[in-house]
Amino acid sequence: MKDSYDGPILEIDSLSISFFTRLREIPAVMDFSVRVMPGEAVGLVGESGCGKSTVALGVMQDLGKNGRIVGGSIKFKGRDLNEMSQEELRKIRGSEIAMIYQEPMASLNPAMKIGKQLMEVPMIHRGASEKDAYDRALQVVTDVKLPDPARILDSYPHQLSGGQQQRIVIAMALMAEPSLLILDEPTTALDVTVEAAVVQLVKELGQKYGTSMLFISHNLGLVLETCDRLCVMYSGEAVERGSIKDVFDEMQHPYTQALFRSIPLPGADKNARPLRAIPGNFPLPHERPNGCNFGPRCDYFEAGRCDAGDIKMFDVPGNEHHATRCLRFQEIDWHAEMDTGHGAEKPEPGRVVLKMDNLKKYYEVAANALFGKRGDTKVVKANETLSFEARESETLAIVGESGCGKSTFAKVLMGLETATDGQILLDNRNIESTPIEARDTQTVADVQMVFQNPFDTLNPSMTVGRQIIRALEVFGVGNNDAERRERMLQLLDLVKLPRAFAERMPRQLSGGQKQRVGIARAFAGNARIVVADEPVSALDVSVQAAVTDLLMEIQREQKTTLLFISHDLSIVRYLSDRVMVMYLGHVVELGTTDQVFAPPYHPYTEALLSAVPIADTRVTKKTIVLEGDIPSAMNPPSGCPFQTRCRWKSQVPGGLCEKDVPPMRQLGGGHQIKCHLSEQHLASMEPVIQIAAE
Amino acid sequence: MEPLGWFDILTRIFMQFMPVWIALVVLFTLSIVYKRRLGLYGKLFDSTIGMVGFGLVMFWVFTGIFGAFDLIITHDPLAQVSSMKNKPPGTPIMGAEDGQYPYYLFGGDNLARDVFSRMVKGAWVVVQIAPLATLFAFMVGITLGLPAGYYGGKLDTLLSFLANLILAFPVILLFYLLVTPEIVDTGIPNYMAMVLFIFPLVFVAVLLNSRYRTQPAVRTPLLIGVLGVMGWLYLSLISQPGTAITVLPDALDLFNLQGGILVVFVSVVFVNSPTVFRIVRGLAMDIKTRDYVAAAQTRGERPWYIMLWEILPNARGPLIVDFCLRIGYTTILLGTLGFFGLGLPPESPDWGTTINDGRRLLQIYLHPAMVPAFALLSMVLGLNLLADGLREESLRD
Amino acid sequence: MAFFLLRRIGTMLLTALCLTFIVFWLTNLAPNLEKLAKNQGNVRMTDEQVASFLQDRGYAQPLPLKYAQWLGVAPGWVIEGRDGTTRSRCNGVLENGVPPENARSFCGVLQGDWGYSTVFQDGVGSIIATRLGLTGKLMFWVMMVMVPGALIIGVLAGMREGSRTDRTLSTVSIITTATPEYVSGVVFIAVFASTAFGLRWFNGSATSAMEDATFENFTLPVMTIALYGMGYIARMTRASMAEVMTAQYIRTARLKGVSFPNIVMKHALRNALIAPFTVIMLQFPWLLNGVVIVETLFNYKGFGWTLVQAAGNNDIELLLGVSVVSVFVVLITQLISDIGYVYLNPRISVS
Ligand SMILES: Nc1ncnc2c1ncn2[C@@H]1O[C@H](COP(=O)(O)OP(=O)(O)OP(=O)(O)O)[C@@H](O)[C@H]1O
Ligand code: SF4
Ligand code: SF4
Ligand SMILES: [Mg+2]
Repeated sequence: MKDSYDGPILEIDSLSISFFTRLREIPAVMDFSVRVMPGEAVGLVGESGCGKSTVALGVMQDLGKNGRIVGGSIKFKGRDLNEMSQEELRKIRGSEIAMIYQEPMASLNPAMKIGKQLMEVPMIHRGASEKDAYDRALQVVTDVKLPDPARILDSYPHQLSGGQQQRIVIAMALMAEPSLLILDEPTTALDVTVEAAVVQLVKELGQKYGTSMLFISHNLGLVLETCDRLCVMYSGEAVERGSIKDVFDEMQHPYTQALFRSIPLPGADKNARPLRAIPGNFPLPHERPNGCNFGPRCDYFEAGRCDAGDIKMFDVPGNEHHATRCLRFQEIDWHAEMDTGHGAEKPEPGRVVLKMDNLKKYYEVAANALFGKRGDTKVVKANETLSFEARESETLAIVGESGCGKSTFAKVLMGLETATDGQILLDNRNIESTPIEARDTQTVADVQMVFQNPFDTLNPSMTVGRQIIRALEVFGVGNNDAERRERMLQLLDLVKLPRAFAERMPRQLSGGQKQRVGIARAFAGNARIVVADEPVSALDVSVQAAVTDLLMEIQREQKTTLLFISHDLSIVRYLSDRVMVMYLGHVVELGTTDQVFAPPYHPYTEALLSAVPIADTRVTKKTIVLEGDIPSAMNPPSGCPFQTRCRWKSQVPGGLCEKDVPPMRQLGGGHQIKCHLSEQHLASMEPVIQIAAE
Repeated sequence: MEPLGWFDILTRIFMQFMPVWIALVVLFTLSIVYKRRLGLYGKLFDSTIGMVGFGLVMFWVFTGIFGAFDLIITHDPLAQVSSMKNKPPGTPIMGAEDGQYPYYLFGGDNLARDVFSRMVKGAWVVVQIAPLATLFAFMVGITLGLPAGYYGGKLDTLLSFLANLILAFPVILLFYLLVTPEIVDTGIPNYMAMVLFIFPLVFVAVLLNSRYRTQPAVRTPLLIGVLGVMGWLYLSLISQPGTAITVLPDALDLFNLQGGILVVFVSVVFVNSPTVFRIVRGLAMDIKTRDYVAAAQTRGERPWYIMLWEILPNARGPLIVDFCLRIGYTTILLGTLGFFGLGLPPESPDWGTTINDGRRLLQIYLHPAMVPAFALLSMVLGLNLLADGLREESLRD
Repeated sequence: MAFFLLRRIGTMLLTALCLTFIVFWLTNLAPNLEKLAKNQGNVRMTDEQVASFLQDRGYAQPLPLKYAQWLGVAPGWVIEGRDGTTRSRCNGVLENGVPPENARSFCGVLQGDWGYSTVFQDGVGSIIATRLGLTGKLMFWVMMVMVPGALIIGVLAGMREGSRTDRTLSTVSIITTATPEYVSGVVFIAVFASTAFGLRWFNGSATSAMEDATFENFTLPVMTIALYGMGYIARMTRASMAEVMTAQYIRTARLKGVSFPNIVMKHALRNALIAPFTVIMLQFPWLLNGVVIVETLFNYKGFGWTLVQAAGNNDIELLLGVSVVSVFVVLITQLISDIGYVYLNPRISVS
């Protein structure tokens, strides 16, 4: 069926794509070239809005009503896709080129059984009979390692978990054994451990079927793990292109360099070697500067040259596979040490301000929301015996994936919910059963929160300044409007936003700026404890660094206790003093950052560490792939919460893991682990991450 | 005199509407010039549909207002000129006196009144009642819908049950039960007015109180002032001499609604509020999951502040669109009432009543029913188009 | 599921009880009763006479008791009037003051006894049955025209948002929703049935359609009701279809190589119909309005016409019967819409 063809599978040559809106033409992609050879995986990295998805949709020739290819060519196996008729394209789509999207749930038809959606592909493209199509579907579902394929084929998408859905989407793409697979951020919506498993699967299948891949991601670490070559995009253009090794170790573009400097790699340290954010903001497509798009943010910018005119791709001498879009790449000293700027003193943690003691939070939920019988409720144990202390100017990271109870914990601490059992001591006062309405203004102002989603944390119909002033009013700061206004402007200074932003509406701000306003609001009443719930995970990498830095700086100044909730171990290692790992409502490990990131690990921490992609070629990681998904909190496993996925379980005699919840064990120095494993086994653990000596 | 041809009729009507044209031109010029500074209203002028709709609506609004000052009409809408009974459009008046307009531009109805002037006067009835009744319905719906959606639970169950109860009533049956002279005698509509019209007061009181809770020095005088004025208006509105509720002495009573209007008003508000309630409740349930609501909760804001200042402003898009649609719906309801001869007095020039009058002889004389029918059609169409334009524009950006 | 149904039916009964009680209360207010007495007896009755008239016919009893009797949970009244005749609720005028052998003492809705219409001089049960039959016929044809028409218009318009077809169809839908029945009915009669235009294609009255519905006498009433609802449903369908067509899974299907007709038929349609389905079902109660207007306008003596007669003359028991029926129509359609929603939308599972 498949013809034999051994040239490049995909050849994009100086492609330009524009969207036409009522106001203007938006050039989303300009002069973009890339080539994918058979069996090769090419990565496409860049920040949000740089045009990655547009390239992918351009290849699929599906740019919607207002999108148009305005220049260049896209050749698939030597044939120009631009010149094909709709009918020809239809034949190629799904059979020769397949695409996988970011949102698994949204890409499956909710009203159609999985089996039917899969079988459609061979039935359209090969005229396969229903029987053959079913067999093929069964086989592919088995290939993507889903348990009980027959049952899965007979279910609707909503009956599967996110990870399973993504596997089905992958299966669907593989149904016709395409020669090219385009993956647009295939794992962003998934939990880290599930992401690791899906990435592993994609790699294996790519090898098994010999499929070429175009892998789109904003995560350099993931690209390192999956791809052979990569292409870095910035603001609609490819800025650097080359093999993984070339780009990671011998980068030739200032943007690539800045990107690497802004992500926390092992070895970065918030005090000694802080991250370096890229200054400024990502330009909107219609506000691009003259000449080099990166110019306004570039450290090596040279007026009169960099902003003179369009810049084309240059081949790096001596390596025709490596190219960069920078005029000065040969003049820059790529090995110069980064100017780390301020090397701040590490602040000493002060006295204990917050103490949790055996905190428990159980919810009663109706077993079935719509048709449930009365009285038919279940108890969900969202937090199970949480105990820890947090000190002044200390950062305590709370790590865990979805459903582990992080947000519940935050709610109880804030007083939006009251605890079921146990106590929370704030300056030795019990607050666990005082709901927020009953707390005095000072307590409320002391404990504040920064939220995850920047697009949701500000009230869209109130000016930025007004929102901060409101917080000041509520916290009783300032005696009159003028004083409060002054204080609001100071707060804007504190979070490094121009004072003029006070009059702006939230929609006029970028994600990072909104997050800064959120931080300013949280510190309005001089909060002493700030809960930051994934404050940077929704931000672009270059902005992440700036926001984290800001948090750290304010913390140093104000001696704030920071409870930093995150699932990203790289950033946690970078900024936290102590780490608490949670799984299904249980604290499974607690200790200083060094203790948690070195063996002995809790088996879950070990898997989590191995799952986080690291964008550093020197790092070697042990691959630990967890089977299955995180169990639902409604229906937790018996015994140890982690037993369904634990690879060490067999080492514990007597099936103890399935019977008893393990006790919290002290390993000395305040390091605690909740596991049945014996001392020897714990001692025998090897480090997951190793950095090769330079 | 010869009867006028269609061309002459239209030209003369065009001339009669001159004040309306002038007002429309001024309004549109100003709006288009300053559209970038006018928020959502300004954006309306980017959409053809929205502009057409807005134009139609404003045409009738201006017609209503100028009509109320006797500007556009050619004759007294109640005056009968005996020779003009059922005469076709453009018929000259025999032996017209000096100063009397010499033609019935849209003909005469079966009581020999001028159809054109009645149509213009009818616009005033609609323009007066429909937006105001809708506004009151929104106040009721919002004041009850926000807590139902925000708190959920028992309160929600109870309020939703009540709303569904009213919704399960066929509207016409409800009208027949409420808007009869017998029921009016019992004073039930006055009591309903008393209950329904208190909601705007409650709404404004809570709104201001929650906003200025932290500054008692500002809040207390503000509340006393605003509530004082509103309370007076409220009492004047519900107090009608000669009915069950006469709370204010005549000297203080600012105004009395003319007979029937209060009943119609109350019933229309009553029928519309449950739907508004449902919409607001749904929006509140959706918006309360947002982080900015959580942020307000974590800084210890009181529930009513969150409902009115964090949730309501962000629900305004769908609510504004629904407001326009609902004015249209209310216009239709008013027409329905007129059509069944309920509420308004039989000689009232409102469109529903005139359609009802005209339809009896419809097989022979078209114009007495068709003229108000098209007036109503164009007004409701305008509101629908306006809503569509607003919806489209608010989805952009 | 059984539990769900039970709870829904429970709510339904509670709603019906509340509503009938409200109707009962409103119709039994003093001015209404006085009007009734004057209608029944004679217009020039003195207050005294009115009082005794009402007294003799059981209207003067306390409201809850009367309501209980109407429901059939309290024994019907037997009153010896001042005029000497003994009347009873269940058995009419009693000869020599005693109820006949095996006479019923309970006669309310629960016993299947809907009472007696003072206007039509007939049992409420039988009036409603015949009138409902006639309206059923009308509604059937309305549905036959409206639902498929609206869905086709909606799907065609929403399939390719912003196309010329979409614009045309949307404009048509907006115009029809802006035209209430009493306007479109008047226009239809004027254009198609009046001498003035001279078309005279259809009949301007549907009275003859009660016996024998033909194309001539039934088209106009059916079209009048159908048009108003059609535009509304079509707009809902269009919106829902347009939204579905931009969904990610439609893109997936397109990039899987599914052809456009198949995308629309197999992938989009079922998802796009979930929202309008609820709307169609909730249209029923609202169609009742249209029915009342159209039956009055075209003089078709169905359920809506009966409602107007009953309400206009304060015919208490008929009015109550009419309310019960209309309330049940509303509630049952709501129930069906919920169940159908579950069926169409696999995301809600039934335990
Ligand atoms: N349909 C459209 N109409 C107008 N502009 C568009 C459209 N689709 C995308 N754009 C613009 O094109 C640019 C590139 O968008 P694209 O979706 O390709 O970015 P991306 O790199 O995939 O971002 P992300 O990481 O957020 O997915 C953006 O500025 C975006 O606003
Ligand atoms: S061309 Fe100039 S501005 Fe652009 S990346 Fe190179 S040095 Fe920086
Ligand atoms: S207790 Fe057992 S199952 Fe749980 S983490 Fe330890 S070894 Fe694994
Ligand atoms: Mg994208």
